[in-house]
Amino acid sequence: MVDMAWDGQSVSARQDVKERARALDKLRTSDNVFRVLTRTAALFVLLILSGVIVALISGSLPALKEFGLDFIVSQSWNPVTEKFGALAPIYGTLVTSFVAMLIAVPFGLLIAMFLTELCPMWLRRPIGIAIELLAGIPSIIYGIWGLFVLAPFLQQYVQPGLISTFENVPGLSSLFAGPPYGIGVLTASLILAIMVLPFITSISRDVFDAVPPVLKEAAYGLGCSTWEVMRYVVLPYTRVGVIGGCMLGLGRALGETMAVTFVIGNAHKIAASLIAPGTTISATIANEFTEAVGDLYTSSLVALGLILFVITFIVLAIARYLLLRIERRIG
Amino acid sequence: MNFIKAIVAAGLIAASTLPVRALDISGAGATFPYPIYAKWADSYKKETGNGLNYQSIGSGGGIKQIQAKTVTFGATDMPLKGEELEKGGLIQFPTVMGGVVAVVNLDGVAGGELVLDGATIAKIFQGEIKSWDDAAIKKLNPSAKLSAQAIVVVHRSDGSGTTFVFTDYLSKVSADWKSKVGANTAVEWPTGLGAKGNEGVANNVAQTKGSIGYVEYAYAKQNKLGFTKLINQAGKTVAPTVESFTAAAANANWEGTPGFGVILTNEPGDGSWPISSATFILIHKQPQDAAAATEALKFFAWAYAKGGPAAQELDYVPMPAKVVTAIQKVWAGQIKDSAGKPLFSASN
Repeated sequence: MVDMAWDGQSVSARQDVKERARALDKLRTSDNVFRVLTRTAALFVLLILSGVIVALISGSLPALKEFGLDFIVSQSWNPVTEKFGALAPIYGTLVTSFVAMLIAVPFGLLIAMFLTELCPMWLRRPIGIAIELLAGIPSIIYGIWGLFVLAPFLQQYVQPGLISTFENVPGLSSLFAGPPYGIGVLTASLILAIMVLPFITSISRDVFDAVPPVLKEAAYGLGCSTWEVMRYVVLPYTRVGVIGGCMLGLGRALGETMAVTFVIGNAHKIAASLIAPGTTISATIANEFTEAVGDLYTSSLVALGLILFVITFIVLAIARYLLLRIERRIG
Repeated sequence: MNFIKAIVAAGLIAASTLPVRALDISGAGATFPYPIYAKWADSYKKETGNGLNYQSIGSGGGIKQIQAKTVTFGATDMPLKGEELEKGGLIQFPTVMGGVVAVVNLDGVAGGELVLDGATIAKIFQGEIKSWDDAAIKKLNPSAKLSAQAIVVVHRSDGSGTTFVFTDYLSKVSADWKSKVGANTAVEWPTGLGAKGNEGVANNVAQTKGSIGYVEYAYAKQNKLGFTKLINQAGKTVAPTVESFTAAAANANWEGTPGFGVILTNEPGDGSWPISSATFILIHKQPQDAAAATEALKFFAWAYAKGGPAAQELDYVPMPAKVVTAIQKVWAGQIKDSAGKPLFSASN
């Protein structure tokens, strides 16, 4: 690279050999500096990450020593007797994220498909901008909106309907049981779905746009319908990117704190019903950290943080593995 | 020319502020007394030029911060026990008193009309009484129109001195509550949903039909929530007022309790509001920064002497004069600098 650039110039101007060597040296030094800088920056990430892990583990040792495996399988969270178990927040974190993805993934993909294939040009920009604005709203605003607007609406108009509709359906009756509180696991899931929607939509739209037009044109030329082009050409071509977008959304859903704290009901309970109050790991930490008195209480909260870290790590690892398998099959 | 003028002006301003070096006192802790501490600090600053930086981070945070010596004083609604004070080398004293009320949102029942007693509240918060037309509630309110509406219990999701006072009361009136749940700044709630802060509980109750929660009296009043009357230890029905909070404090054994750590729940007396509480200040017996501690004591001495009317305006109850004298005696006798010289004398 360096030599080529130099050759171009040497045609026009005849240079001394000495001067040429000096200039080359200069380029080599700047290249070295550049390499060291980028490598330091990259290694710094590893350093920070390992620092976080060490701090989390050392902070949660007292709790893990005291409760052992019980910490993960016990549902009790009792500051009076200092008996702490993480099962309820773990359950809440997984369920709210799962339900949020269940809603947001199909919704997000449909919006992205509409935007890239079916949407009239003049409507594309407004919808695109609206979606990006959704991503820019701070989570506390979603929390307040959820508490003051969404929750009362659900409580008055949606939840009573859900309860009475599914009252006599086996299975579903226990999913929608209990008094309509308005806030609860379902409300938190809905808020999360709205919050992760822009991630899924924007990334899917961008990768859909990156599909070479010639592929689509060929499929249309064979007489494929729009649905068939999306299903058999665009989606397979963009699978990796779409899964990446979903994982980014899932990451946000797992760790989202403020908005969830407002609307989930903050009860350390595992309820079969989706409309019952529950809690998540991050909501528990946010709620209780300032007032946690005593080493065991504080340590239990740090241990919760460690568990969230591990959960996120596992989810990302699964995503990587999926991508790897897809790439191998295609490749 | 203008430039020089500006420099001269700036120099003059700097010189004029130099001699009055303001001494700021730092404190942190309970959220319940925050409004009155803020108001006192404002008036105090106007009178003396000395400011107070109070962070309302919660009682638990206040205890932690004073133990870590990052603040001049800590504030808590849950008094520390004598041995805890001894261990930490701390002095504790109450500043103001107030009351916790049960707030409800019920169709057809106006605020202050509903009467409850401690045992019934305990059962509601344990999830044993599930609807408003339960026989136990009907018995206490024979004339109220109570429907079969489901009860939605709202409690604090964060640790809180208010929760301590409330659960301490329930533990005193219900053996079942005491053995199953207990009293603390945070407990394992058998039922209901959690909301952050007094204002969170107030909002949730205001929004949710059929709900019941507990907040400091001032929050119920500000949010115009329907509070309940309670039946006290003497069997009398009382409403939450400054008078009934004062009555609860009247018979308390302040001087005989280590660190003045009286918890004013379920106090005797015909007029006593059963869920009253004082809020406390923690300060080191031998503070690292003696000058700052002296300032803090001066501030609280000023608040006892002149802060009463402001407290009453915000529905707090000032400490009785007798208690203040006892507190200041403890200050003078026990808070000393590293040379053993008292930081406070009753005369200043």
